[in-house]
Amino acid sequence: MSKSMAFEEPIVKLREKIDELKEIAKNADVDMSEEIVTLETRLKQLETQIYSNMEPWDRVQVARHAQRPTTLDYIEEIFEDFIELHGDRFFGDDEAIVGGIASFNGQPITVIGHQRGKATKENIRRNFGMPHPEGYRKALRLMKQAEKFKRPIICFIDTKGAYPGKAAEERGQSEAIAKNLVEMAGLKVPVISIVIGEGGSGGALALGVANKIYMLENSTYSVISPEGAASILWKDASLAKQAAEAMKITSYDLKKMDIIDDIVPEVAGGAHRDIHVQATSLKECLEKALKELNALSEEELIEDRYNKFRKIGQFIEEDEV
Amino acid sequence: MAIKSLLSINKKKQKGVIVDRNKENSFPADLMTKCPECKKIYLTKELEHNLKVCPNCDYHYKMTAWERVSIFIDEGTFEAFDDNIRTSNPLKFPSYLEKIEIDSQKTGLNEAVLTGKGKVKGEQVVVAIMDSHFRMGSMGSVVGEKITRAIEKATELQVPFIIFTASGGARMQEGVLSLMQMAKTSVALKRHSDQGLLFISVMTHPTTGGVSASFASVGDLNIAEPQALIGFAGRRVIEQTVREKLPDDFQTAEFLLAHGQLDAIFHRKEMRDKLATVVRLHRKGGISHV
Repeated sequence: MSKSMAFEEPIVKLREKIDELKEIAKNADVDMSEEIVTLETRLKQLETQIYSNMEPWDRVQVARHAQRPTTLDYIEEIFEDFIELHGDRFFGDDEAIVGGIASFNGQPITVIGHQRGKATKENIRRNFGMPHPEGYRKALRLMKQAEKFKRPIICFIDTKGAYPGKAAEERGQSEAIAKNLVEMAGLKVPVISIVIGEGGSGGALALGVANKIYMLENSTYSVISPEGAASILWKDASLAKQAAEAMKITSYDLKKMDIIDDIVPEVAGGAHRDIHVQATSLKECLEKALKELNALSEEELIEDRYNKFRKIGQFIEEDEV
Repeated sequence: MAIKSLLSINKKKQKGVIVDRNKENSFPADLMTKCPECKKIYLTKELEHNLKVCPNCDYHYKMTAWERVSIFIDEGTFEAFDDNIRTSNPLKFPSYLEKIEIDSQKTGLNEAVLTGKGKVKGEQVVVAIMDSHFRMGSMGSVVGEKITRAIEKATELQVPFIIFTASGGARMQEGVLSLMQMAKTSVALKRHSDQGLLFISVMTHPTTGGVSASFASVGDLNIAEPQALIGFAGRRVIEQTVREKLPDDFQTAEFLLAHGQLDAIFHRKEMRDKLATVVRLHRKGGISHV
């Protein structure tokens, strides 16, 4: 059973009570089925009530859940024939980003994504999904390869951010991210990005200059983590909950701001509760997007991406005097 | 000298080096200035004559956007773009617009970047000059929009685009909209580049975060001023993450040059001449001898 989060505590408690009751009924040989049915109805109501009224901070907890499905989980569920391809050809292979070729409903595609680990050992190997420059350079290499062979590119975004380390700076973290932004703008093939967990700042955006951008319902996309925002804005990282609210980082916020194309609804309580169901809805979303983008010419794809990002921003324009 | 007048000198000094907008192309009127690097005290006039570079240790002071126009662009050729767009408050952050207004008064700019066209030793260019005196030069919607429009103008005019960056990164108060300005400017740069046009990025102190991780790092030529702080993550964040002491020159222009991230470091005194030469060497039709 996966770890519960604070906001779903009442659900967990009630579920425990029901289990307890069932146990008693079994052992004491008394009929409690009526009570159990009543409580189970109550549980359903409670789940609906809690899971459909999640605060931004609750969603942050879901997005960061240790058992939340990762890029490789979705790859396994959604694609066939996946072959992982490694390395940036300059320095190394960054396991915080995975990528490769696969087929999707018979169409060859390139898939790339941030990859965190679920257990500590894997997390260390994958640097908690926080890439170094070679990760972004590997991603770009695979995108260029996809372009050459006219394969659509599907990116899964799931990172706290690009790694803030000495070696990362020495090898040009800024340049690696910046170059991806510019080069992705010019890709002659369809690009689809989906935020599946945390979309942390430039390190996320470096896989995000796409024709279609989607977010799983409980994922977040932001310029800085809620903790970081709180410590910069109010000099107090413990105000992260308030920052999560103020910074407008949920899928609903980004949809409202017209930055993302759509929200992919999640299984009640979060994607980790049923990856198969979650992968199915993600697959449907990809099918729809690809059908639309496959019809566009190279020029139209680039134009489409240009227009998509060109219009982002809110300001007031006064008439020239 | 009376103590009172000494105090008032200090007070004036604390105001920093903001240009007096009433006097065109002027530097601050403080009589003496103490170099924050070598601590030498000299006449402010001497500093002005030296393009705000310490005559003793070569410390490059921060410049305002207008100061940079005055030393970089041919006199009388500069024409500013888009000074009529203003910051709104999309995330409804308390007192955000008040802060913008204060910095706008202080700098005479509508936002943290000044854009326009002008000539550099006769060569027509479009420039964007960021000003760290305005909200640390941070990039929100207006900065992103002004830079994007400037790039588009350069593409339309078929001329080089030169940017002087000075920025702490993306602006917190506009959240993910600020982040997306990195992508917006990038799609415009790609178009400019695809037309075979030149883009020079000149990184000045400081150039960090989202600005470093977007247009600042993808010039056809990446240039920096001496000792400028340039980097993706903040020094403190890195020290906390890696738990080791970082070298003194970490994330300086010299550090970046040594690690292959820069084409060159140009001293402020030679910036105009060198960039004019670079532009001249990239004139269209450069291969007409073939």
